[in-house]
Amino acid sequence: MTVSEFVLETKELGISFGGLKAVSDVNLKIKQGEIYGLVGPNGAGKTTVFNLLTGVYQPTTGTFFLNGKELKGFGQERINHEGIARTFQNIRLFNNMTVVNNVMVGLHNNPEFKCNMLESIFRLPKHFKVEKAMRERAKELLTIFGLLDERNNLACNLPYGKQRKLEIARALATNPTLLLLDEPAAGMNPNETEDLRKTIEIIRKQFGITILLIEHDLKFVSEICDEITVLNFGTALAQGKAKDALNDPEVIKAYIGK
Amino acid sequence: MANIKWKRYLNYIVISALAVLFAVLSLTGTLKLGTQILLEKITISIILAVSLSMVVGFLGELSLGHAGFMCVGAYIGGKVACLVDGDGNSHLILITAILVGGVVAAICGFIIGLPALRLKGDYLAIVTLAFGEIVRSLFLNSTPESFGSTLGLKTPRYDSRFLLIYGFVFVLIALAVIQNLIKSKHGRAITAIRDNEIAAKATGINITKYKLLVFIVSAFFAGVAGVLFSHANYTVQSKTFDYNYSIEILVMVVLGGMGSINGAIISATLITFLNEELTTILTGELSVLKDLLYALILILLIIYNNAPALKGVREKYNLRAFVGKIRKHDPAADKDDEAKWHRVPTKIDMNEVLSTDLVVKESRAEKGDRGGK
Repeated sequence: MTVSEFVLETKELGISFGGLKAVSDVNLKIKQGEIYGLVGPNGAGKTTVFNLLTGVYQPTTGTFFLNGKELKGFGQERINHEGIARTFQNIRLFNNMTVVNNVMVGLHNNPEFKCNMLESIFRLPKHFKVEKAMRERAKELLTIFGLLDERNNLACNLPYGKQRKLEIARALATNPTLLLLDEPAAGMNPNETEDLRKTIEIIRKQFGITILLIEHDLKFVSEICDEITVLNFGTALAQGKAKDALNDPEVIKAYIGK
Repeated sequence: MANIKWKRYLNYIVISALAVLFAVLSLTGTLKLGTQILLEKITISIILAVSLSMVVGFLGELSLGHAGFMCVGAYIGGKVACLVDGDGNSHLILITAILVGGVVAAICGFIIGLPALRLKGDYLAIVTLAFGEIVRSLFLNSTPESFGSTLGLKTPRYDSRFLLIYGFVFVLIALAVIQNLIKSKHGRAITAIRDNEIAAKATGINITKYKLLVFIVSAFFAGVAGVLFSHANYTVQSKTFDYNYSIEILVMVVLGGMGSINGAIISATLITFLNEELTTILTGELSVLKDLLYALILILLIIYNNAPALKGVREKYNLRAFVGKIRKHDPAADKDDEAKWHRVPTKIDMNEVLSTDLVVKESRAEKGDRGGK
């Protein structure tokens, strides 16, 4: 195993469902601390790439590495333990749990908060210590996202923008090295988008993690992303700095036609 | 703070108090035999309901085979007691039987838990249903020497004065184990799986471990209830543990409110009491009415709990309002950081919230008040 200079590196990553090549030959190289965008028209295979990276699908060709470690073939839980966390295109929160509990589920596997079942059943001091520490950590995270006041509300009662943020907070709670955001700004009004942009910047600064995001809002992408890859029909059309890639004639053709 | 702690352990305190009360009454011989038997049945039902509520209410999977686990416990525990001692009126033997019965049932729970990893909803319900029927017919078709075949297994009837105390002790144990598990980080993981399995997986929750855990713990306590059942009867007959019995346990859980352990305890008590009373009152020709009345009472209860037209009545005359009248509630006394674990809202609950009109908004605001916000 060699330590790579890239946090995430995919090599000819691809998957076909039967005869349909959903994604093929995707080569991403994402540096530490970068915000990397994945854009493309509907059905281009962006979410499929996310599903490949998080173990929902197993790639049929190619492979991918996180900090030089090959993660191909691992299950979703294992990949999360290795350091890739994600959010979903259609929000998937634990709706009937409180906001703070949602984040605490994210902290579940943190080695700092280890507490086995017997310790919980017999209510040993460890249990109370861990619960308290988890709650404190969850509250810290919620403070960053401005959700502290909502902590005892049910997740399903939050407004849309806050649900998005909560999902990101939960993903961050798992202490990832790479965070995958699937359309974080979808359905948001300009104010909320601006708010989200700031939050993402803060996350990057404060946690020093790398972010890979899918987004349709190209203005948002060009503002926030260091580099992007444009996908179309499962293959990369253009890669590079956001401005350059978006001005690529092939890309313009893919988006608005000839 | 003291206020909250008191509240949190209220169910233990109430059950312990009842246990001590009935233990004293039964040891001094004041308790009628009929009451003793009723109490035995109630404790068994509570253990069953609480253990099933873990699967249905917290893991969110429908299990229709809970009586199957109980059946395993009843036969195995009964057999153990028979083998060790003919009349079996020894504490050690009862405890051994309970442990063995519980463990064997837990192994069955593990076996049922395995398909539960891949199946969901209706499909899992069918598997558990099949399990219950398979277990039942296995014992039904056993040789007369092993498990008594169609005649049923002769079990030692334990002295009901003591058995009822054991019943209460195991209710407390089941309650402590399940409640402590649910109100910990592990319980949080379990409810996360219920709410959104895909998200739970992506958050790194070990689904396999927790699903199996829930099935094992739940089956263990069903097995314990089964052993208690076998010691409360002279024979164990497989036809007792049929599909209807599983449904009856499920009714206890659903009626008590899914995701509410205290609710399950109360409704288990009520339903068992109702059943027993109806059986005693309606004898002879009238006994055909038993099921009818039972169903009618359940339907009325559900209507009372859910009908929008009765909202005003409900808000005026319920336990919470009654308690509130006695003791003025001070919202500031509640620490809002404490997770409101004593009432985990469920899907059914949410539907109610979503489908209602202006009147409900007030009650939602009240809920917020109780949180001390």
